[in-house]
Parts: sequence; C-alpha cells; structure tokens
Amino acid sequence: MERLTGAGVSPGAGYGPAYLLGGTIPEPPAGSRHDGDPVGETARAEAAVDRVAAELSARGEAVGGDAHDVLAAQAMIARDPVLSAEIAELIDAGTAAERAVYEAFSRYHDMLAEIGGYIGQRVSDLDDLRDRVIAQLTGVPMPGLPEPAERPYVLVARDLAPADTVLLTKELVAAFVTEQGGPTSHTAILARAMGVPAVVACAGATSIVNGTPVLVDGTTGMVGLVPSEEEVAASIEAANARGSALASATGPGRTADGHPVALLANVGGPRDLAAALEYGAEGVGLYRTEFLFFDREQAPSDEEQEAAYREVLAAFPGAPVVVRVLDAGADKPLGFLPPTGDEPNPALGERGLRILRIFPDVMMGQLRALARAAEGTSARLQVMAPMVASAEEAGWFAGACRAAGITSAGIMIEIPAAALRAADLAPAVDFFSIGTNDLAQYVFAADREVGALTPYQDPWQPVLLDLVATAASAGVPCGVCGEAASDPALACVLAGLGVTSLSMGAPALPWVRATLARHTLDQCRAAAAAARATSTAEAARAAARSHLPGLEDLAL
Amino acid sequence: MPERKVIVESEVGLHARPAATFVQTAAKAPIDVTVAKPGGAPVSAKSILSILALDVRHGEAIVIHAEGEGADQLLDELAAIVSVA
Repeated sequence: MERLTGAGVSPGAGYGPAYLLGGTIPEPPAGSRHDGDPVGETARAEAAVDRVAAELSARGEAVGGDAHDVLAAQAMIARDPVLSAEIAELIDAGTAAERAVYEAFSRYHDMLAEIGGYIGQRVSDLDDLRDRVIAQLTGVPMPGLPEPAERPYVLVARDLAPADTVLLTKELVAAFVTEQGGPTSHTAILARAMGVPAVVACAGATSIVNGTPVLVDGTTGMVGLVPSEEEVAASIEAANARGSALASATGPGRTADGHPVALLANVGGPRDLAAALEYGAEGVGLYRTEFLFFDREQAPSDEEQEAAYREVLAAFPGAPVVVRVLDAGADKPLGFLPPTGDEPNPALGERGLRILRIFPDVMMGQLRALARAAEGTSARLQVMAPMVASAEEAGWFAGACRAAGITSAGIMIEIPAAALRAADLAPAVDFFSIGTNDLAQYVFAADREVGALTPYQDPWQPVLLDLVATAASAGVPCGVCGEAASDPALACVLAGLGVTSLSMGAPALPWVRATLARHTLDQCRAAAAAARATSTAEAARAAARSHLPGLEDLAL
Repeated sequence: MPERKVIVESEVGLHARPAATFVQTAAKAPIDVTVAKPGGAPVSAKSILSILALDVRHGEAIVIHAEGEGADQLLDELAAIVSVA
C-alpha cells in the first residue's frame, strides 16, 4: 500500500473509505457563457438553489435545536429573492449559471465582509452556501460532512475547526487525518475525547481521493492507502493487543508505592461523560463549557446552563468536577463577546478571563448557574478561569466565585508570567491547573494551530518542565489538564514534579493509570530530575525513560 | 404613503434572529415592502442579504415602506418585531 506519514496524536487503528471534508469547489472561470438559452439556464440555477435550500431545511428539521436555527437561516439566504434576481440578471446578460451564482454571492460576500463583526463572521456561511449551489450545478460532491454512511469513514481535511466537529460521533468517523494541525490542535483533542485514532500534520493528506480505502495508525502516524486485508487485520490486531494489556490496571491513580495522583477526564459537554465513566475517571479535571456558547447570538439562558452543568456534576457524586468558565476569543471567537478592537494577534488579545472582565454579566451568569447546579449533587465543584496573568486577576476571579457561592476557585496556569510568579498568585486561589498546550504556545511564541511549528508544542521541552515544577511547588494543589497529561511517561514525570492530578481525554486514562502503577514516586522524581537536567525535548524523553522501566511492559 | 419610522430595540440590531423574523414576515405579504435608513437608499424587506448588508444596529432608526392592500397592517407587524428589546 502507498503510505503517507504524519504525527499520530490519538492511538488505535482505524479503517474506512476516505471522506475529504471541505474539498474546495473551484471558482467557475470568469467570462463563462451559457449556450444562448437564458430561460433554461435560469431554471437550472433556480433548481440548484431550491435543492440546496430544501436539503438544508430538511437537515435542520432532522437535527433540531440550535443547529436547526443555523441551517434554517442558511436556507433563508439561499431563497433570498434579491439574490435570485441578480443571478437571473447575470444569466440574461449571457453569463453561465455557475459563474452567475459565483458573482452574485461575491457581491454580498464583500459587503458583509466590509461590515465586519458579527455580520462579517457570516461570510463563511455565505461561501459555504455558494459552494453548495455551484456543486449542485456542476455535479461535484457537496462540501461539508457527509450524511451518516453505512460504515464509518476516515475524515480527511486540511484542518478542522470546532464548528466542523459538533455533530461528529464514533459511529460516523473511523479515524481523522489532517494535513495541518499539531498534537494540541482541535482535531487531536477531539479525536482523543472521542477515542478515535487520528494523524495530524500529514503532508499530502488532502490529495487523497474521496472514497479511497484508508488505514490509519494513530500511534505511529502511518496513513496507508488501499491496504491489503492482511495489513488492515495486522494493524487492528496490534492495537487490540495493547488494549487488553491495559485492562488489568483499575482503581484510582497512584504510584506503585501508593502515592495518589488523581486521574481525571477532560470533557467538552455531557456527551463525553459516558467515555469518562467507562475509562474510570475519578472526576472531571477540565469541563470545557464553550460548547454551550458556540453558534449562538447570545449567551445561553441560566436554566439551560444549569441543566448542562448539573448533568456533569451528577455523574460524579463525591468526586471533584473542575469547570473552566467560558474561554472565548482567539481561535474560539463568539459573536456576542466581541473584543474591543481589531486584533492582529488574537491569541495575544482579549481572550479568556480578559474578555470576561469586559462582559462580567456573562461570567456572573455562568458562575451562578454553576453554583445552583451543584446544589443537590454531592460533586465537589471547583471553578477556574483561563488566561490569568497576574495575582490581581486571580484575586478578582476568586472574589467573583465567592460572591456567586462557589467555595473552590482556581486558575489555569498557561501564561508564562503566571507560571514564573506562581508563588505570588497562589495565595489568591484554591488550586492551579496547568494548561500545557497554551503554556507551550506562549513560552515559545509559536502558534499551536500552525502545523510547521509543531516541534515547539512538544510538552517534553525542559523549559516547560521547569515551569510545571515552579507552579507545582507554589503551595496550592496543582493539576495538569493539557494534553501532556495523556502521555504515560510524561505523566510519571509530572507526578515526580509534584503535580497532584492529571486530566486528559478519557481514552488515555488506562495508559496513564497502568504506567503510574508500575513506578514508585521516587522513580518518578528521578525521571523528572533527569529530564530537567537535559536541554532538548528528545534528550528529556530519553533521560526520563531510563528511570521508567515499566514502560516496556506496556510496549510504550 | 404608508410608512413607519421605528427605532430598532433588539440588542443585536436588525441582525440574526430579529432579521430572520422580520424578513419572514415581509416575505409572506403579497405587496412590495422596503426598508431604509433615514435618508438612505431603500432595500427589499424580503431579502435577508439586503437587510444584513444594511447593517442596522441597536438603537438606530429605520423607515419601513409598503404600498398596496394591507400595507398598514403589515407595517404595524414589522414595526412591532423591531421594537421588541
């Protein structure tokens, strides 16, 4: 079989037909003319528009909820009478239907883009609609996610945005392959949360032809095209064998000599609870609440929030549930929380706690909904803020939590300033949680969504270990909820650095549990010291391994 | 000439859901309806794209114009939609 190689970011083997997401629809050439029958050509254009609008409406009816509103709005734009008139006018003047559609949409694209803000963000919806109509006219496959297929497909894309992925399930997707993205890209995080194999930063991925049988090994990063039956069987067998080796480790996280390290799950909403419970999470270490807020015109109602929070809290009686308040901005912009001005560098802009300080009502609404949700459950609610840089910000947030009736307030450590002066921030809060992905992004000044900068995201970089050590010794309990926690060897190193809990995508829990159980706290400390004594990620990894002999038992 | 000048009270302006409701209501009527900013060029009230491109924000005034049978009733209905905060 022909092979492509990328970075394996979510373990396991997956096999299915390729489905290329967002395959670009080529622009119909300028000056394309029809053959002189404007009436027939207009009818053709109208039929294509109707078909697209009807399909969007039907799909909206099928899914319901917010997705319904979004799709109904799309259908309404497709049926816009002024747009239809402009398309007909262009066709009357001799332009071919495909080109007429393209030009008519472009006019509105430019007008809306110029307005910017919330309206400007609708431009991509308009482009999607235009591509659908042109695809309909030219007979090429529709952009966007396919209808539920008979068998799960391998989803191939340049990169995936959070908005692309809301409707994906394990029943639909056998594996992910993206051309861009790194180990902490949305694709990687989503894939681990779903327990689906994924390979990112895979050069040539988008040249895979739709429908090609693809075998994906999410551990090695191998992407095989048109594999033989034997090759598929061998890959899946190897993945299963490792799986059964893990089944032996059960119970709460601890080292071989009984030092407890709480093993928690990262969840992005109630839909991730089943996996968290299945893999034996001792609680939730990171509840991302953004899913409630995406694709909205305004914040969800107090009641809706309360219900979504209670569902997660109720699933973990007596256990810690760490909720992160809305982390908007940068790669997760929200129409109703606009930054104050244009942001040339959104990752360095008004995001996280910074934007919540501009819209304190949204944050207080969320905190109060959380406090109410916790009433009547026995879960231990802990709430933390993202993107905190200073003791003053930490104190402000903790004060807001107390005012809302929340007893445990913490902060994410993801800005180098907060990590370096963790001792200054600790007195203001009850706990820390280190987000290694953003911490790496800010320490190295390297955008985590840029595939070419992937090496900077390596969580084994000794400088990151130094910062973890500083934060973990500042006097408050300190967890790690970045993807670093899901690397079994690194999890031992983090425990050795003094980290008290590790939170990860649920499928990684058995690996980390089994690895910790095979090593003593002293071995973990020795591995941590050895890793910090090196000067590169590669050397740190190798140095730590030499103190962690149990890794071999697990074929890690 | 049936016409209403109204202040848009919805938080999001004449965008998003209020715009959709507005256009849906206008589209049901068999007569022509236009919207303009005061002194500006009118656009069709049945066109969601035209309405979005008009970019009417919270607190701005719009002039809604219709002619034909039922114009007054339609204008009242449309004015009511944008007057809801």
